[in-house]
Amino acid sequence: MEKETLIAFRDFGFQYTAQAEPTLYNINLDIHRGEKVLIAGPSGCGKSTIAHCVNGLIPASYPGKITGSLTVKGEDAVKQGLFGLSKTVGTVLQDSDGQFIGLTVAEDIAFALENDCVARDKMHEIVEKTADLVDIRRVLGHAPHEISGGQKQRVSLAGVMVNQVDVLLFDEPLANLDPATGKQAIELIDEIQKRTGCAVIIIEHRLEDVLHRHVDRVVVMGDGRILYDGDPDTMLCSSLLQRSGIREPLYVTALKYAGVSPTPDMHPSSLDKLSLTQAQKDQVLNWFSRQPSPAPDEVTPLILEAKGIDFTYEGGHHALKGIDMSIRKGEMISIVGTNGAGKSTFSKVVCGFEQPQSGSLTLNGEDLTAFSIKERADKIGYVMQNPNQMISKTMIFDEVALGLRNRGVSEEEIRPRVEETLKICGLYPFRNWPVSALSYGQKKRVTIASILVLRPEIMILDEPTAGQDFRHYTDIMEFLRALNRQGVTIVLITHDMHLMLEYTPRAVVFHDGKVICDASAAQVLNSPEIVTQAHLKETSLYHLALQCGIGSPEEFTRRFIARDQEVRK
Amino acid sequence: MKKFSVKSIVAIGIGAALFFVLGRFVSIPSPVPNTNISVQYGLLAFLAVVYGPVSGALIGFIGHTLIDFSFGSGIWWSWVIASAVFGLLMGLSAKVLKMDEAQIGKKGLIKFNLAQVVCHLACWMVVAPVLDVYMMGEPWDKLIAQGLMAGIANTVTTAIVGSLLCVAYAATKTKAGSLSKED
Amino acid sequence: MTNLFNYIDRSSPIHRLSGASKLVCLLLWSVAAMTSFYTPLLVFLTVLALILFRMAKLRIKDVSFTLGIMLVYIALNNILIFLFSPAHGVELYGSRTVLIPLPGRYSITAEQLFYHLNVILKNACTIPPVILFVCTTNPSEFAASLNRIGVSYRISYSVALALRYIPDIQREYHDISLAQQARGVEMSKKANLIHRLKAASTILIPLVLSSMERIETISNAMELRGFGKGKKRTWYASHPFTPADYVSMIFCGLLLIASLALTAINGGRFFNPFR
Repeated sequence: MEKETLIAFRDFGFQYTAQAEPTLYNINLDIHRGEKVLIAGPSGCGKSTIAHCVNGLIPASYPGKITGSLTVKGEDAVKQGLFGLSKTVGTVLQDSDGQFIGLTVAEDIAFALENDCVARDKMHEIVEKTADLVDIRRVLGHAPHEISGGQKQRVSLAGVMVNQVDVLLFDEPLANLDPATGKQAIELIDEIQKRTGCAVIIIEHRLEDVLHRHVDRVVVMGDGRILYDGDPDTMLCSSLLQRSGIREPLYVTALKYAGVSPTPDMHPSSLDKLSLTQAQKDQVLNWFSRQPSPAPDEVTPLILEAKGIDFTYEGGHHALKGIDMSIRKGEMISIVGTNGAGKSTFSKVVCGFEQPQSGSLTLNGEDLTAFSIKERADKIGYVMQNPNQMISKTMIFDEVALGLRNRGVSEEEIRPRVEETLKICGLYPFRNWPVSALSYGQKKRVTIASILVLRPEIMILDEPTAGQDFRHYTDIMEFLRALNRQGVTIVLITHDMHLMLEYTPRAVVFHDGKVICDASAAQVLNSPEIVTQAHLKETSLYHLALQCGIGSPEEFTRRFIARDQEVRK
Repeated sequence: MKKFSVKSIVAIGIGAALFFVLGRFVSIPSPVPNTNISVQYGLLAFLAVVYGPVSGALIGFIGHTLIDFSFGSGIWWSWVIASAVFGLLMGLSAKVLKMDEAQIGKKGLIKFNLAQVVCHLACWMVVAPVLDVYMMGEPWDKLIAQGLMAGIANTVTTAIVGSLLCVAYAATKTKAGSLSKED
Repeated sequence: MTNLFNYIDRSSPIHRLSGASKLVCLLLWSVAAMTSFYTPLLVFLTVLALILFRMAKLRIKDVSFTLGIMLVYIALNNILIFLFSPAHGVELYGSRTVLIPLPGRYSITAEQLFYHLNVILKNACTIPPVILFVCTTNPSEFAASLNRIGVSYRISYSVALALRYIPDIQREYHDISLAQQARGVEMSKKANLIHRLKAASTILIPLVLSSMERIETISNAMELRGFGKGKKRTWYASHPFTPADYVSMIFCGLLLIASLALTAINGGRFFNPFR
């Protein structure tokens, strides 16, 4: 039986009022009841614009020119308007803090009901029921800053589910979550869909993570057009992904390197259902034994050493419990763990933003305790996650020069130092531009430049690639690696397992204020115990290795990464 | 009154929250002991110019009331109202003097500063003391002295903080189209 | 949040009143206390405020911080008044009874002291009700209460939004400030005032501009869930009225009437024991 068509795009196009070119061209797309569709594509491909059309923000908040037609439940979307569509389509936005409007969890879930003038008692009843559905009953009275990122997302989901919507639309649901929570989010979405029978649209560029659960269709977009609309297995067997700037699942890439060409009947879209013949397994095994093992890094002298660092916040939260950790000169390392595990607190202690109650901290053997924030910053630079939170000057040159001017360096000395830094960061051609004219990734570089200009020996970066697509991610990380090769020691605080595997030979895992593992990134991700405890996610390479009977999945991961780096160059 | 757009409701809420945080937690020690410089009026002047008189008045009113609530020193209605009036007057002057986004960073700055001096004078030397005499029965001399102090301090902070915010904001409106790379 | 506005969750008759009726009472009381200069009434209101504190089961240590600020405030205010207008009482009451002769204008007179007593009483009966309201009303109820007493729900909601985002903005301010300090921005007493203000701006600019970007996300999120479509809305956190709510509002209404009546009967507004 043909399922009801909930959303239908017909020869649809859209051009924002402020832009010279259309953002969407000739879109034909149907979404049926009970279907789960992933829309993937690099930034700027138009996938968010499609979402805005479906939920009515276009044209209500973002005016522009529409061609063709879009119907939702058989009626014209524009005629229904934003409020009309909100009865059919529930949207969970990427920014879970921006979407959390209520003072407490319960009030936020009730928000849509309040706007519908539902009576107070009825409202309390619905809120409790919906909270049970997404398992947040226990935190109903909590304020937004008292709950975790994963819980916030559940609140957002509950907040749109109270409307009994037919379509759930998720805009980059994985962007701000740690790996294990992201995995749970995908499982929750799957469960909710099965229970309610609604249609689900997920907008994401992190393909492998979404494919953790079955999706019916994948729509791949590029430059405002639909490049592919079909089942995920067939898509993974083509070379479409490489061409459109979306990262394919690592295990699929590994199979291709080993010379196994995936076919749809192997079910490459699901690691659990993936079926390989013995010959194919042998092919992978052979490839593994042929690959050279990458040389271990040389051991350099210690640069930073923390011993027994203990820190408790004023409110009594015991955030660091005796941290011992050392970093060697010229290293590039990751610090990983859940939110609240102590990663950020540790970096604050290192930068002198917080004073530990006990423990010692030395840089090149010199005690740091007596150094002020400013003095430490000459040696240890800290780059915040969001560049917009750091930039306070309007011109790029002034922004980069700020730290030097505050230190009383003479203007004659400032100019060459800033220019040199701008050259390293690839910003020299833009030196006389206002910061606001730059893209997000370029702004990120400006903030890195503004720290780099102080010539720190160590740089700590908080989530340098959060929310970036594969191309921007590669840009930023290759830039950091180049800096690292020039001698800057780099510490990355991250949730991104790919980043940790590909760019940092060593990873330090924080959990509940302690360091629970300090080993190579491949080792960390191939130890199931650590992975579970610290909310990380095993790489799919681990499972592939096991399936192919490879004894050391860790070594397999390492050889794969080395090979992948070569190919991508 | 025209119906508020959702965007201006949010602007009022966020504006009041900013006003609150600056007024409550940002302490810049002043030369006079036990008093801090209120940077929030620079912010209020700027937000009133961007979001208009009614939003400006409400940001001042809500923000100031919440500050008084959290200090627990009672609500000083006369000064709360003076803050609201300042937001209102700045918003109105922006309309009358036609300070638009494009030029607020340059020529508009002179207008901005002229307006803020006049508005501060009106609020702290007239509105606040008159209300205090009527509501609290305090002597003129003391109120005028207080008003003068507050007025001068707020004018100075607005001249610096407000102007810098205007310049920074105007710069965000520049688009890349007019720029070219240099070697 | 709770500690910011010092909401103390206990079970008392005052806590059980609806936020809306407490707000009405607060407004009526404030107007009554502000219009009147009739000393006996001010004494009555002050005593009543203390009784209400007992009823709300508030202890001194719950409100010691705010109480301290209030006392410092009252002291400073009185010192200022005396410095600038040491003879204000003499003018008001039309007589001069010198108690302690001092040089210049600064002789201490009975009239001036009585005037100061009035100023203190005015503060003492306007400040405690505010503390009482803040301590016994859940911030979640603020917006619902405003809407209930006739403020449009849109403006009421902007108050809720302010309360919602204050902790976020506070944290953001703190983080930005640390990162800027690391780049050498200094706000300590060492620098001059202009320099300090400029330093503050390097923190404020990113804070304000990134908050302004937020506005769009939040208003989209609100509209997507139907905010602003109707003429009315209901509130999850509202409290239905009970008889106690009506009784207390009527009582505060009577207080206001009494205050206005006394002012009218009294002719002038100041109660004058010296005539």
